Amino acid sequence: MKFVDEYQDNELAGKIASEIATLSTIPIKLMEFCGGHTHAIMRYGLRQLLPENIEMRSGPGCPVCVTANADLDKAIALSLLPNTIVTTFGDMIRVPGSYSSLQQARARGADIRIVYSTTDALEIARNNPEKAVIFIGIGFETTAPTVAAAILRAQKEGIENFSVLSCHKLTPPVIRALLESGEVKIDGIICPGHVCVITGSRPYEFISREYKIACAISGFEPLDILLCVYKLVKQIENGSPRMEIAYSRAIKPEGNKPALKLMNEVFEPADTVWRGIGTVPCSGLRIKATYQCFDAAKIFKINMKPARENKACRCGDILRATATPVECPLFGKACTPEKPIGPCMVSSEGACAAYYQYRRPEKEHDAA
Amino acid sequence: MTQDENDIILLAHGSGGKLSHELVENRFLPFLSNPVLAKLDDSAVFEVGGRIAFTTDSYVVNPLFFPGGDIGKLAVCGTVNDLSMSGAVPLYMSLALIIEEGLPMKELEQVLQSIKATADETGTQIITGDTKVVSHGQADKLFINTAGIGIVPDDINVSGAGARIGDKIILSGTIGDHGIAIMSLREGLKFSVPVESDCQPLNKLVQQMLEVSSTIRCLRDPTRGGLATTLNEIATQSQKGIFINEAAVPVKEAVRAACELLGLDPLYIANEGKLVAVVESSEADKILASMKRNLCGKDAAIIGEITAEHAGKTIMKTRLGSSRMLDMLSGDLLPRIC
Ligand code: SF4
Repeated sequence: MKFVDEYQDNELAGKIASEIATLSTIPIKLMEFCGGHTHAIMRYGLRQLLPENIEMRSGPGCPVCVTANADLDKAIALSLLPNTIVTTFGDMIRVPGSYSSLQQARARGADIRIVYSTTDALEIARNNPEKAVIFIGIGFETTAPTVAAAILRAQKEGIENFSVLSCHKLTPPVIRALLESGEVKIDGIICPGHVCVITGSRPYEFISREYKIACAISGFEPLDILLCVYKLVKQIENGSPRMEIAYSRAIKPEGNKPALKLMNEVFEPADTVWRGIGTVPCSGLRIKATYQCFDAAKIFKINMKPARENKACRCGDILRATATPVECPLFGKACTPEKPIGPCMVSSEGACAAYYQYRRPEKEHDAA
Repeated sequence: MTQDENDIILLAHGSGGKLSHELVENRFLPFLSNPVLAKLDDSAVFEVGGRIAFTTDSYVVNPLFFPGGDIGKLAVCGTVNDLSMSGAVPLYMSLALIIEEGLPMKELEQVLQSIKATADETGTQIITGDTKVVSHGQADKLFINTAGIGIVPDDINVSGAGARIGDKIILSGTIGDHGIAIMSLREGLKFSVPVESDCQPLNKLVQQMLEVSSTIRCLRDPTRGGLATTLNEIATQSQKGIFINEAAVPVKEAVRAACELLGLDPLYIANEGKLVAVVESSEADKILASMKRNLCGKDAAIIGEITAEHAGKTIMKTRLGSSRMLDMLSGDLLPRIC
């Protein structure tokens, strides 16, 4: 039976971990960009297998978490317009915005529906021709092509009541912004596996070329990540940073061309605000003027109160990799997955949620 | 329109009038009839002796039909399994349907057929029932509620609180099958080996286990919330610690693949035909061997034990040998975005 193999995982993991320990001599800080990686690292207790001189930090790779409060507020305001249905991925619904959440808007009567894909959102638009159906488009290069496809489909089928509030974000510009700020010294980056399936590895090559920082693309299985850490340590110890693909079963340097073509047909890069990071040039995707009849930001004019942040929540620092969840005084006390204060505790890809859900038994009281 | 397409549930079927009677007599009784039900009195009157176990549950599933089962089978198995988990022999059940107008009669009959087949398989009888029809949009096709009564033999006492330090934890088979079967259907995922729901009655397996050993302390079926949630419930109830070995927990390859794709964890995914047993350590192998002889328990495995440490908590040794807390499910299971 297949599940017996897992015992061998254990052995192999031990081998890679001891190779890493032998190889690694200096204290280093690695950042896993992607929230999916943070979850796998915590879920499998990978940090327990690594030597103490290797520190892991999570980065801004959780699409729900990096969505700015102003964008959330906009989504909530849209949901409260008459005759509208707002469709969204599930995690978004519980994230607190400046004044309220989609969940609270729904309880007050807004028609907000959780969808698993843009296909579901289109279907809702087809079935409710008398209502405006708005899809809250969040996500990175992984989701943007599917949203682009939905818009093209809506155009082809003449579904005029469908629109998208595009909060999509691009990953390479934000990595550049973090490195440029110099706020945190990172020695190596685990690049986002699923995103790179679409973009390919080339857009990330600047990390090693321009900033001389080790980088490798990893899959999401625990052994993938360990192997990626091994490659990063080797690059750092040898002083030879370069882009390595440790996820070759899924990644091509040039990426998924048809998906990129779809994305570029409908969207164009624009400056956008990231939670905790601020405005990053050309790091967002807005809908091109040709498709503006599907752009919720253009169709609906709403007056917004200025966005505000919850000062106590440290999600911003966590997303900039300057703090870890346990450094937040609210972590595991006032803020838990049942009563989340910031998005990093809500999202299934959020760092706080991962640190909390997979905390270690020995330290359960200080919740690390 | 064909005859069949017109043969649908109308609001009038729930009016209590002629159509309602017709529905009961022509559609329900042919499938479910037994001497108690056939009287069609306001209550079922019957005799039982001894300690009684009594349970109820409601069933809402979209789609109604899925690989490995349907809402009818689910409704019978759910109640039979709840009774079995208290060591009871299930005997009688009630069946209440809330039907959305427009449900094709053919689908209703298919569900009734499957209720009948599952009830027969488990040796239970449906002895009272009710039907309501609601207008379009007020229900999603068909909701079912069942309640069940069973007898608990004198010498049987199984409860979550009964777990003792050193006891072994046995899982009756692979986890996540039901949840992934439903989710892949909804998401339009196709796998080379399609995942079927594990929806099945466990009463025979339980009877068999109780026959070979009198040291079965606790039985639970890990339905919604998955194995992780069930283990946490046992830990809380017994105020003992639970330690499990992830590598020992059987998961089908297709379920694992689907989980990786969707960003889900099989430990939190619903099962509809699995049980967790806490048993005296010295009898564990014997009980395991008897479980493996039953088709519902062929993949059974010892996955962990009850500990004195970490009272009220579940600790898991991961596939890579590290250990961490295993929490209850919080919120909904949602596929990842990224
Ligand atoms: S623990 Fe809660 S409050 Fe603290 S940073 Fe995380 S989400 Fe924000």
